[in-house]
Amino acid sequence: MDLTLKVWRQDGPTEKGRLDTHQLSGVTGDMSFLEMMDVLNDNIIREGGDPVVFDHDCREGICGMCSMFINGQAHGPGRGVTTCQLHMRSFKDGDTITIEPWRATAFPVVKDLTVDRGAFDRVIQAGGYVSVNTSGETLDANTIPIAKADADEAFNAATCIGCGACVATCKNASAMLFVSAKVSQFALLPQGQPERKRRVTRMVDQMDKEGFGNCTNTGACSVECPKGIDLTNIARMNRDYLNASIKGE
Amino acid sequence: MSSSGILKSSIAKKYVMALTGLFLCLFLVGHLLGNLQLFIPGEEGQTAFNQYALFMTTFPAVKVLSYLTYGSVLFHLVDGIVLTVQNRRARPVSYAVEKGSSNSGWSSRNMALLGTIVLVFIVTHMQNFWWKMHFSEMPTQTVDGVVLKDLYTVVLNYFNPLVNSFAFAAVLLYVSGMVALGFHLWHGFASGFQSLGIRHAKYTIWIEMVGKGFAVLVPLAFAAIPLYLFITQG
Repeated sequence: MDLTLKVWRQDGPTEKGRLDTHQLSGVTGDMSFLEMMDVLNDNIIREGGDPVVFDHDCREGICGMCSMFINGQAHGPGRGVTTCQLHMRSFKDGDTITIEPWRATAFPVVKDLTVDRGAFDRVIQAGGYVSVNTSGETLDANTIPIAKADADEAFNAATCIGCGACVATCKNASAMLFVSAKVSQFALLPQGQPERKRRVTRMVDQMDKEGFGNCTNTGACSVECPKGIDLTNIARMNRDYLNASIKGE
Repeated sequence: MSSSGILKSSIAKKYVMALTGLFLCLFLVGHLLGNLQLFIPGEEGQTAFNQYALFMTTFPAVKVLSYLTYGSVLFHLVDGIVLTVQNRRARPVSYAVEKGSSNSGWSSRNMALLGTIVLVFIVTHMQNFWWKMHFSEMPTQTVDGVVLKDLYTVVLNYFNPLVNSFAFAAVLLYVSGMVALGFHLWHGFASGFQSLGIRHAKYTIWIEMVGKGFAVLVPLAFAAIPLYLFITQG
């Protein structure tokens, strides 16, 4: 198929960006979106140009590196998929595809379609862990009985790959879905209880410091999330935060 | 306590939005029940409504409630502005193509706009009746030797095309205000519960259904008052 691509090009974090138009032919439906981008870059390099910079790593939907806001949607038109899992058969011959980076103050553009998602790392560093003694007498986690429903729910929260589609999609660039998933994956398990209150306050504080917007409960994040992280996590974080604020860390 | 203080955090601001918003939903029910007396025609309705208006402006417990209502409107407004400004700052460069409709409801994406329309309505509405009732000259009605401010007649005249040449514009403004309120509540009612962390696999569906019913019925009943007065008196 033949496509018209409008791709965001930006030389650096402080440079002004622009949408460049490229014509691309010979794309097949079996290509993933990233493979299509590889073909585009191949053509650009052959013509002596500067290839489009974009994030990618595992290309099987589990690493959370690939981003791209495609035709007005994070990871493109598919549901429950990352950009690497999006196939070109989702598009028609002659389509115009607009490709933009995640747009948020907290995710500054590094170059072209690559943004710095370090803000997520700093939120995790603020409290997204459990402190475990690893001196050699560590208890096997499986020796602690956990109800199946809780284990499942914690696991569902833990499937978050930190890709940032929630922030990119949210009209307020809010990170509530990501942070709440990372809070919930521990809040539901016995291992997470000792630091539960401290974790939620510190992670929310860091989230605010990074300049993410506020949640307006539109629910768009959950719809666009490649892992289908549920809004229940946000409600749980809201409860936990209130609890921690009243009772102290 | 968090280092930035609970009231500064994004989640705390949402608690304030939710609590004030849900309190204002309660206010709407009370206000509507009182206003339904405007449907009672003649002297019977006039007496009932004017006595009710006197009670509402003088009874101490109602005073407390009314100050809570003013406070809620104010906090909901200021908090809403702060949140909206922060949200704009969180995305200074907007997308060239954005398909919000594919993942979220229209009203959920336009709460600030809808809130602004409701605010314009509230200001005009209070100027029309609340200001007159509290601070300006009013016609009176005497019932059993008690002189009542005749708010009933003021309201009826305001929506009477034979008395007020702007009655049609007034009806239009009131109906549009209620349409905006309906869309605001369509998202806001259930959203308030979510912000407070009240969510459960079993009962959230009921909160959402009650919220949507509330968003349709309450503004509809309010809007019926000026429409009814305009049509029956015209």
